[in-house]
Amino acid sequence: MTTRPVTFCLAAQSLTLSLALSLLTVGAHAADKVKIGFVSTLSGPSSALGVDIRDGFLLAVKLNGGKLGNLPAEVLISDDQFKPDVAKQLFEKNIKRDKVDFMTGVVFSNIMLAALPEALDNNTIYISPNAAPSSIAGKDCNALFFAVAWPNDAYHEAAGQYANTRSLKSVYLVAPNYQAGKDSLTGFKRMFKGTISGENYTKLGQLDYAAELAEIRAAKPQAVYAFLPGGMGINFIKQFVGAGLGKDTTLLLPGFSADQDVIEPVGGAMAGLFNTSHWSPDFTNPANIKFMAEFQKEYKRVPTLYASQGYDSALLIDAAVRDTKGKLDDRKAVLTALKAAHFDSVRGPFKFNTNQYPIQNYYVRTIGTDGKGGLINKSFAEPILKNHGDAYVQSCAMKR
Amino acid sequence: MSGLLILEQSLNGLQFGLMLFLLAAGLTLVFGVMDMINLAHGSLYMVGAFLAAWLVRLTGSFVLGVVGAVILTGLFGMALEAGLLRTLYARDHLSQVLATFALILILNDGVKMLFGNDLPLSAPDALAGPVELLPGLPYPAYRLLILGVGVALAFLLYLLVQRTRMGALVRAGASNREMATAMGVDVKRLFTFVFGIGAALCAVAGALLGPLLAVQVGMGENILITAFVVVVIGGIGSIRGALIGAILVGAIDTLGRTLLQHLFREFLPPQWASAAGPAVASVAVYVFMAVVLAVKPQGLFPARS
Repeated sequence: MTTRPVTFCLAAQSLTLSLALSLLTVGAHAADKVKIGFVSTLSGPSSALGVDIRDGFLLAVKLNGGKLGNLPAEVLISDDQFKPDVAKQLFEKNIKRDKVDFMTGVVFSNIMLAALPEALDNNTIYISPNAAPSSIAGKDCNALFFAVAWPNDAYHEAAGQYANTRSLKSVYLVAPNYQAGKDSLTGFKRMFKGTISGENYTKLGQLDYAAELAEIRAAKPQAVYAFLPGGMGINFIKQFVGAGLGKDTTLLLPGFSADQDVIEPVGGAMAGLFNTSHWSPDFTNPANIKFMAEFQKEYKRVPTLYASQGYDSALLIDAAVRDTKGKLDDRKAVLTALKAAHFDSVRGPFKFNTNQYPIQNYYVRTIGTDGKGGLINKSFAEPILKNHGDAYVQSCAMKR
Repeated sequence: MSGLLILEQSLNGLQFGLMLFLLAAGLTLVFGVMDMINLAHGSLYMVGAFLAAWLVRLTGSFVLGVVGAVILTGLFGMALEAGLLRTLYARDHLSQVLATFALILILNDGVKMLFGNDLPLSAPDALAGPVELLPGLPYPAYRLLILGVGVALAFLLYLLVQRTRMGALVRAGASNREMATAMGVDVKRLFTFVFGIGAALCAVAGALLGPLLAVQVGMGENILITAFVVVVIGGIGSIRGALIGAILVGAIDTLGRTLLQHLFREFLPPQWASAAGPAVASVAVYVFMAVVLAVKPQGLFPARS
């Protein structure tokens, strides 16, 4: 278990300033620093996502001069090793021993669901930079939980809607045989109005899709929608193209299966594929232009949507700490400030729903040349889903 | 389900089986001849794939890259055997499992330090598309290449083990190691040689599967379990058992993912079929192993009888 505390040196000036402020205020005290527990998957085959979230988060802190909301920020980074039990222990350590103000970082829903009770039961706020399962959007919603990125099935709903606008009559669906796989296809079917010419649930972690591709060829669908995160997607796309299916069949993907971390290993076969996302590297809002430039300067690579989510998570905490003038003890004020989300997100406008899941636009992206010999995502000008929330908010009892 | 689809799926099953065979052949020999459980066998598969990806980029030639990777991985395997694994033969299986598990972690992180988390490796452009095998049956050209190489290597390995002096020594070692030593076989050299061959075969599988699958750290662990299943089904130490076991496992896995699901849809209500199909497909191989072990506890073709 590796724990790497990252402490940003604080300027003496700001310290006196915050001290002066704390003397002026009556009642709740302004904290002298903001402490954040960041637990993510940083080693093993699935580490690329967690590393990008971390790098995005730390970039935002760095660009802020090592501060969040004018308070020096201390980010305690640790690796959950892709194991739910390890994540749970790290949460416990961060919350009980380090007494952090916020927890954040986890990539995968199953890991987050195992660790999350540690935060919620101990009255610690969790800012989710990625995982946003349907259960917490609905009946298990919690005032301490904020989903910064997108509800788990939003990309799939957007893809279903896009299939409608393309007037696709028949779509074949592929997903791994686990809960998130089934949820994702449910999301697609919620929007799609044509016929489903076949559904195939593959083994989680499967690498060879020859048998499934033969089935697809026999079913002759107009399009294939594949929810296959990480390495599974990389292999599926390569083999789909190798089998010559790309000529007659449109391949639709969720944004994370067609992001920079997939484009690099798959290569030229990705050109021209369509995918759906809430963020795209070519967004021209000022926040995103700054993010794209600074990220590439700092890390010498193109950020993925995960990096954008890490960056946004840090900006959300920054905004909330600033709005409450550093009075982190006043839990109610912090939650209200988080919910207001007074910051310029790299995705453009967004706001929190009553269940504290985002209401935002989703875009179709297509992969084209970046003008330097590589490939990059480009978004359509018009969103495919506008001000879109989630289907579970009605069952959330929270009405603040 | 049409005849063409069944034919295509059979080819898929055979192709998967042949690649499993390349892995299982080395594993079964090391297991059978040296009585050594080598969990790090999958890591050699990973090393082979990474070396191939690196050499293909360096030389610009797919063939050169793959051949280079196979030779280098073979040498690496021999060095590993002579330098480290040799000291483990006398120990019990628990020590071997622990040591080779440590080796997995070391090799994973070593490869990550040298090459990064993954390397791109693509099939040569000439083989990137499909070939029309029969009218209405396009099949990826690259998978045909894998089929061809797999069949050729299986045949070569058969000749090596059955027709050469070295092969006779290997078979003698597998069926009774003490007796072979007593008859004056230079066991040390034989072991190093067997380990080198096993490593080279791993590299062939890793390099050929690299363009289809992903060349990434940890790729060896997934396939290792299936390779062990093949070894157990075929009978420890038997090359023939490994070949037949691998093809059976390849076929069962592929047909389980396809034919079985069609059958379920015919005979079961739809909501049952969609739940039962994937569930049964993912355990079909293990169920088959259990059945084989119940009927023939030593595997199909035990080297020691």
